[in-house]
Amino acid sequence: MFNEERFSSLITTSCVDLDNILGGGINCKEVTEIGGVPGIGKTQIGIQLAVNVQIPLEYGGLGGKAIYIDTEGSFMVERVLQIAEACIEDMSEYSHHFHKDNQAYGVKMHPNSILENIFYFRVCSYTEQIALVNYLDKFVTEHKDVKIIIIDSVTFHFRQDFDDMALRTRLLGEMSLKLMKLARNFCLAVVMLNQVTTKHIEGSFQLTLALGDSWSHSCTNRIILYWNGNERHAYIDKSPSLKSASAPYSVTSRGIRNSTSSSKRIKMV
Amino acid sequence: MANKLINQMALPKSIANIFAARNIITAKDALSLTEFELMELLDVGMAEVTSAMAHISEVVCPPCQTALLLMEQRVRNESLAGHLPTRLKGLDEALCGGIPFGVLTELVGPPGIGKTQFCLKLSLLASLPVNCGGLDGRVIYIDVESKFSSKRLIEIGTKSFPEIFHKKGMAQEMAGRIRILRPTSLSEFAESLQRIKVSLLQQQVKLLIVDSMAALVLGEHDCGASRQQALGWHVSFIKSLAEFSRIPIVLTNQVRSHIGDESLMYSFQAQSRPTKEDNPVTFDSHLVAALGINWAHAVTIRLVLESRSGQRFIKLAKSPMSPPLAFPFNITSSGIVLLDDDGIEMKGPEINTIHCQGQNALFNFEF
Repeated sequence: MFNEERFSSLITTSCVDLDNILGGGINCKEVTEIGGVPGIGKTQIGIQLAVNVQIPLEYGGLGGKAIYIDTEGSFMVERVLQIAEACIEDMSEYSHHFHKDNQAYGVKMHPNSILENIFYFRVCSYTEQIALVNYLDKFVTEHKDVKIIIIDSVTFHFRQDFDDMALRTRLLGEMSLKLMKLARNFCLAVVMLNQVTTKHIEGSFQLTLALGDSWSHSCTNRIILYWNGNERHAYIDKSPSLKSASAPYSVTSRGIRNSTSSSKRIKMV
Repeated sequence: MANKLINQMALPKSIANIFAARNIITAKDALSLTEFELMELLDVGMAEVTSAMAHISEVVCPPCQTALLLMEQRVRNESLAGHLPTRLKGLDEALCGGIPFGVLTELVGPPGIGKTQFCLKLSLLASLPVNCGGLDGRVIYIDVESKFSSKRLIEIGTKSFPEIFHKKGMAQEMAGRIRILRPTSLSEFAESLQRIKVSLLQQQVKLLIVDSMAALVLGEHDCGASRQQALGWHVSFIKSLAEFSRIPIVLTNQVRSHIGDESLMYSFQAQSRPTKEDNPVTFDSHLVAALGINWAHAVTIRLVLESRSGQRFIKLAKSPMSPPLAFPFNITSSGIVLLDDDGIEMKGPEINTIHCQGQNALFNFEF
């Protein structure tokens, strides 16, 4: 088991500080939940990961493909193209810097091929969402190079249409078990994006991730994206192997990147 | 998809009969139970259930596309790869061409700031012929508060596109492409949407405007959880309408005052709550968008219209493709006009706060 763990692969987020608190990046074989308020950058991270999973082995990546499950219609192709182009430019620069004399390292990727390696599913109801998760076993068997599954967001269709909360909990529980199995059996990363809601705790309203308390057991790692003053931060809320820590990141025209502020210290909580 | 009948899915007869016998008729019925529950209900083994559910899931599952295919389709089939230009240069550039097709764009701001003006201009732009930068289509304008003014519409048209509007009959034709609906309740609104869905492709509708969504929702008698549920259903429906028809849908929203001084935080932040410097008493009222956080998650693009120190701004508060830019604007006889196409980039909580300061309710016309 220990040997197996050492070889699990990591997908970079393109932000050094974020990668550091994640132990190098998003882990394959694990289910990672990322939640936050609207506009904080959840979809941005999702798209960045769908691109970064494709970084070739010679650049330290996995050379894999991505499945993007869109439940809200947030997937904007224009943005994917922007991020893909920036990723290729960064690889070119790296290649130029480190392998000036070696022509063989020239980047041969085209943004279109990055777009081609993202398998996109648009889900319009919780029924379709459950059906799709069931079907993924067959799909990934037929596409063994898929290394990440992103669900954006896992919440949307489960927030309406449910009078029976107990049923919702059972269905969500079964769905997350299947996702964990997929992650382990096929050695890929599952990233679930979640929304927020307000909860009344100890006399005041607080923000919390949606889908209830029992849902918090459905993922291996839980990351909360939040505003800290004028900066976006990511906080490791739950993880069996990572320390609770917070790191700044930014969303730029090129995608997710390091924060531009001068105080880039990682805060240990 | 969810209502597909199980007996039409080519399952082996034996298991199909068992489903029917236990009243599991549609895919939704089957997928609304866990496999364990199905095993108990149908009284068959887990392997059989899993196999049947794998089959049903594959049938009901949405089709797979690649991101490349999506992009190529849009570039090939749609105007400007799926964008409706607003003719506000800075905003169009930030939005990669204009208001995107297939998703919800929200316009939120205090009363009198210019939301309806923006909607009127967009209606016009969608109805214009393609060679003038329009979509050459019909517009459905859901005018909840009876703010639509054909007179103002034609004035905007005549001032913005004199070459087109001075032609005989053009003004009438363009105005004629805009159909006004005035539902008085959410359920009436839902009914109109159902009818619109059916005739969307036939009628060449290229833009749907809801002015305002807030008035529609907040006008309902019940409050709290049931209102949120109703809103949730309607939002889901409108989103699927947008995607199915690949048209832009623009909805306006109201503002309400912010409850309490501190913004909401997570429990882990409670330890390090930043101390806020005391705000001197100003006439600055601090506002937030109405309709709640679920709504804020559901819209893809949020355009905030606000006023600071007497100057109006249109801010890209939420957009997957753009940095959070604020553009100063004025309202003239030809509609909204940007004063600066470069925009100012905003940071942090400023992106989402809505200011209403030093502005009188009547808009100033510059002649």
